[in-house]
Amino acid sequence: MRKIDQSILISNIKQLFMNAAVSLDSKVVHALEEAQKIESFALARSILGKIIKNQEIARNEDIPICQDTGVAVVFLEIGTEVFLDYDIEAAVNEGVRQAYFEGYLRKSVVNHPLERKNTLDNTPAIVHIKQIPGDRLIIHAAPKGAGSENMSRLAMLPPSAGVKGIESFVLETVKLAGGKACPPLILGIGIGGNFEKVAILAKTALFRSLDDVAENQTDRELEESLKELVNSSDVGPMGLGGATTCLAVKVNSYPCHIASLPVAVNIQCHAARKKTVIL
Amino acid sequence: MKRITTPINEETRLSLRAGEEVIISGKIYTGRDAAHKRFVEHLSANGSLPFDFNEQIIYYTGPTPEKPGMPIGACGPTSSYRMDPYSIQLMPMGMKIMIGKGERDKAFQSKLVETKSVYLIAIGGIGAILSKTVKSSKTLLYEDLSSEAVRELEVVDFPVIVAYDACGNSIFK
Ligand code: SF4
Repeated sequence: MRKIDQSILISNIKQLFMNAAVSLDSKVVHALEEAQKIESFALARSILGKIIKNQEIARNEDIPICQDTGVAVVFLEIGTEVFLDYDIEAAVNEGVRQAYFEGYLRKSVVNHPLERKNTLDNTPAIVHIKQIPGDRLIIHAAPKGAGSENMSRLAMLPPSAGVKGIESFVLETVKLAGGKACPPLILGIGIGGNFEKVAILAKTALFRSLDDVAENQTDRELEESLKELVNSSDVGPMGLGGATTCLAVKVNSYPCHIASLPVAVNIQCHAARKKTVIL
Repeated sequence: MKRITTPINEETRLSLRAGEEVIISGKIYTGRDAAHKRFVEHLSANGSLPFDFNEQIIYYTGPTPEKPGMPIGACGPTSSYRMDPYSIQLMPMGMKIMIGKGERDKAFQSKLVETKSVYLIAIGGIGAILSKTVKSSKTLLYEDLSSEAVRELEVVDFPVIVAYDACGNSIFK
């Protein structure tokens, strides 16, 4: 067994969130630059230019890319040969607490959906744990803002709806989101599983590398057709029209019941902040 | 590109047209969900607002904490639709110039035309750039709301786009 100390988990969580808040993934930056090159509408081109400039300033001057530094979402992939003899969620929360104080990040979590008292340290985080073979611990961290999360949707479609049903649900979701979700977007799409599984599939899809493609051919074809469809919507950067409404579509699927076709659309805004570390 | 300085009189407000890019300088005031809830509670208890918004601008933002020596942290706009039910009551009380992001509902839009208000948008997710336009910041109301407190910001060349003008034109697709 390989033991990973609590202090190591805490300091890694802290670093991941502090970095994520100020430094946008280079693949996202590249996709934004490509979008700017193909844009013929002047307003959209100028908005994309400002988004690109903003992340440069953020990185160079250590200022958060966006003031909504989100709820802390953490996926832990724990190797079967890794030994963690402490409360993992408590350690994650401690790392989050330190990151949000030391990084001067906004504390955006309230204690209860109706009582709504700010917890003042951005905890609790939302933690997902999965087992993997081997002796590694992989940590994925994403500060997820509410503007795009609030526009995300889930539907339990009948199997007869098929690809057409999924496409119209995704397009409807993107149009309803409009400028509110800060497009250009990245869409994490889950299909299959059941009610809770499909939401996790969609979220997990957002953690995939921006330039990868789905392993399954059906999912891959859906990624392509959805991207084309969404980009023909003319929602455009900030909902003001343009050629790029989404930078990427990621589809993750899972087997499901004979009577079900669950679909979830998790929307990610252009401030697509996420970081991964392998310990 | 039009340049305007706060306070903004009626003539200037009514001259703004959907789609126009505008640069704002002067004092503007922040407030988002929690502050709006209190404005409306104050209004029903006292028949007035705790601050006179006539000719002033409200900016929907909840900045990140300022680092030592800086006036403010990242301070981009938040989605405006959540303020719709409050704005409907606040526009007739003088809160006629609002900055946020994204589309707003039908009831908001008709009250906007009725009260000859204007809705401006800033680009979402560029809070680092926008922080550079803020020269000073002080808390005016509701300090206990931390990032959601009402602040007075002194801005120079704060960039916005007119989204809904007082005649009911919209920039959204
Ligand atoms: S949707 Fe994203 S970019 Fe827009 S304000 Fe929220 S976190 Fe920032």
